[in-house]
Amino acid sequence: MARMSMIEAIRSAMEVSMAEDERVVVFGEDVGYFGGVFRCTQGLQQKYGVARCFDTPINESGIVGAAIGMAAYGLRPCVEIQFVDYMYPAYDQIVSEAARIRYRSAGQFTCPIVIRMPTGGGIFGGQTHSQSPEALFTHVAGLKTVVPSNPQDAKGLLIAAIEDPDPVIFLEPKRLYNGPFDGHHDRPVTPWSTHPLGEVPDGHFTVRLGEAVVRRPGKAVTVLAYGTMVHVAEAAAEEAGVDAEVIDLRTLLPLDLETVATSVKKTRRCVVIHEATLTSGFGAELVALVQEECFWHLEAPIMRVAGYDTPYPHAQEWAYFPGPRRVAEALVATMEA
Amino acid sequence: MGVDSDDMNEKTAASLSFQVPEPEVRPGETPDFSHVQIPRAGSVPRPPVDVEPSEIRDLAYSIIRVLNRQGEAVGPWAGGLDEEELREGLRHMMTLRAFDARMLTAQRQGKTSFYMQHMGEEAVSCAFRRALEPGDMNFPTYRQAGLLIAGDYPMVEMMNQIFSNEADPLKGRQLPVLYSAREHGFFSVSGNLATQFIQAVGWAMASAISRDTRIAAGWIGDGSTAESDFHAGLVFASTYRAPVVLNIVNNQWAISTFQGIARGGSGTFAARGLGFGIPALRVDGNDYLAVHAVAKWAVERARRNLGPTLIEHVTYRVGAHSTSDDPSAYRPKTESDAWPLGDPIIRLKNHLVAIGAWSEERHKQAEAEIMDKVIGAQREAESRGTLHSGGQPSARDLFEGVYATMPPHLRRQRQKAGF
Repeated sequence: MARMSMIEAIRSAMEVSMAEDERVVVFGEDVGYFGGVFRCTQGLQQKYGVARCFDTPINESGIVGAAIGMAAYGLRPCVEIQFVDYMYPAYDQIVSEAARIRYRSAGQFTCPIVIRMPTGGGIFGGQTHSQSPEALFTHVAGLKTVVPSNPQDAKGLLIAAIEDPDPVIFLEPKRLYNGPFDGHHDRPVTPWSTHPLGEVPDGHFTVRLGEAVVRRPGKAVTVLAYGTMVHVAEAAAEEAGVDAEVIDLRTLLPLDLETVATSVKKTRRCVVIHEATLTSGFGAELVALVQEECFWHLEAPIMRVAGYDTPYPHAQEWAYFPGPRRVAEALVATMEA
Repeated sequence: MGVDSDDMNEKTAASLSFQVPEPEVRPGETPDFSHVQIPRAGSVPRPPVDVEPSEIRDLAYSIIRVLNRQGEAVGPWAGGLDEEELREGLRHMMTLRAFDARMLTAQRQGKTSFYMQHMGEEAVSCAFRRALEPGDMNFPTYRQAGLLIAGDYPMVEMMNQIFSNEADPLKGRQLPVLYSAREHGFFSVSGNLATQFIQAVGWAMASAISRDTRIAAGWIGDGSTAESDFHAGLVFASTYRAPVVLNIVNNQWAISTFQGIARGGSGTFAARGLGFGIPALRVDGNDYLAVHAVAKWAVERARRNLGPTLIEHVTYRVGAHSTSDDPSAYRPKTESDAWPLGDPIIRLKNHLVAIGAWSEERHKQAEAEIMDKVIGAQREAESRGTLHSGGQPSARDLFEGVYATMPPHLRRQRQKAGF
């Protein structure tokens, strides 16, 4: 075991994968010599050479399109889009190509690629460095979508994603890169070194895709969260004094519905939270599934706390961000319903 | 209206005007291709494959031709194929034309929903295929079935796909003619335009990363060169010197839109390669010998690690874009007769006759034999079903193959559907 930040854990996952499988190649904008704007690929080019870790032209469609061609050849590309906000030029490649190649070729060609993308807000990035568009991926048949909330999971999930036979969207909450963030932006930043999930196994290990985990056991209400919002939920539960059970979904698709339904049937209440905008967000899918599976167990309407349906603002970041106060209010309201 | 009005008029005279390119002629007018500059066959030099791209910029504005009007193969690009190879090429093109004719009829009979023919463009994909080696990979568009025919892919498999029957290798999931044939170097055709151009470059990069010897070929139409992914393909191919041949098939029409809309002021499509430092060649796409010779040149460059080549195949789409299109609404009905580069099958046939390797009699006989083969394949395919009758792909299969392992939510949906 080693103490790692989420950046180091992600880098360690790529390092392990590149060492074990020479088909793994890593590329993207500023990814090679410099090691990425968030430093996630630092040292990989020096260690594995320019043919396996390199810089690309600023063309996201080109990055993903080239990765698809490489995967068809037999490589296992793990590419970085610098911010998920920049992925839109690549969306056609992701939706019309990567997601469908196995299906439309009846398995003659497959697309084992990982697209790593920093996601979410909290760094004063404004509307072009703060978005959470995970629902644009979970809506697409043929993709898997993963959002880790801590270094340990980030490493295990990324190695699992690289080894997965299908395309995986790997969204890295950038506000969690250097420490757990519970939404209290006015308090000092805590590093991962003091957090139990900053303990990361050395070498190869995986966290299986499609498995959620209970982060905080509780009896009163189930909170469904992922990424940064897991930490916000934990803080909100403490501060509201509500015995909430916080589930970290980890993989949005395929979703671990069993863990979700077991918890909601136990607590009989459910709050769904995410940073992404509310309308047609992944939370809507979660609410639908929970009511389908657990309707007769519910004692209160399922509530959602999410980003407002506006572009992500700059100066008003903390008015926008669904922080612990808003989540705590929802927890209390659910308990009183 | 006084002084103000005069001021207004002056402003109007100096105002900007918006330009939209128009084709030379429209329906009802006389076809005119006088603007298409066609050099004499044999007049364009053949540079060594390791030439500096900057030394052959002229080739992006010319047209490499081998067959002259007398049916002779002339100039530095001639001589790459022997008589038997030429006869084989003729048979491939005739097969593709016969195949198209039968499938067009089958579509009208309701045996499939959709079809796209190659009339006039047969030389492009048939000749190109013969320049590749086993293991090389094409990333084709929907109008390169000659890559399959000339690559000895079974016609009956193509028809099974077109009919979406129980033997469809793609299990009924894909629109007719969007084939996939990995073992024959034919990547799954998307149907979305230009996306596969950059994928071909990625495949080629992977081959170089893996220190392999195989190369890739990307394909795109004149209209789709306007897509951003065309640019993505060129910049990646140029930056990484990818072992790839990038083909633009300029058949003059993108459904109803003439090629001037995509080309703009660049003169030719090939010229787009020059800004990337990629050697760019234009070739007479209706000249089997010229297409093959230029393809060979580009393939050798790629194989020798000299990097990418851009080829513009200058041809003409004689037929409709697809079975859902009616060209008489946007171009003169007789335009194809006026196309100055002729018909690829007739030109190769005339050449073979001219060199004493073919005859009218043998041609007629070959036509009949080929049609028999196509009809035989069709009979076999139809015995496995057509779109609305006979053997069908299973509905259960609709849920398979989205992922390597079916995830729980799909399993639930399939159970609920009762398949």
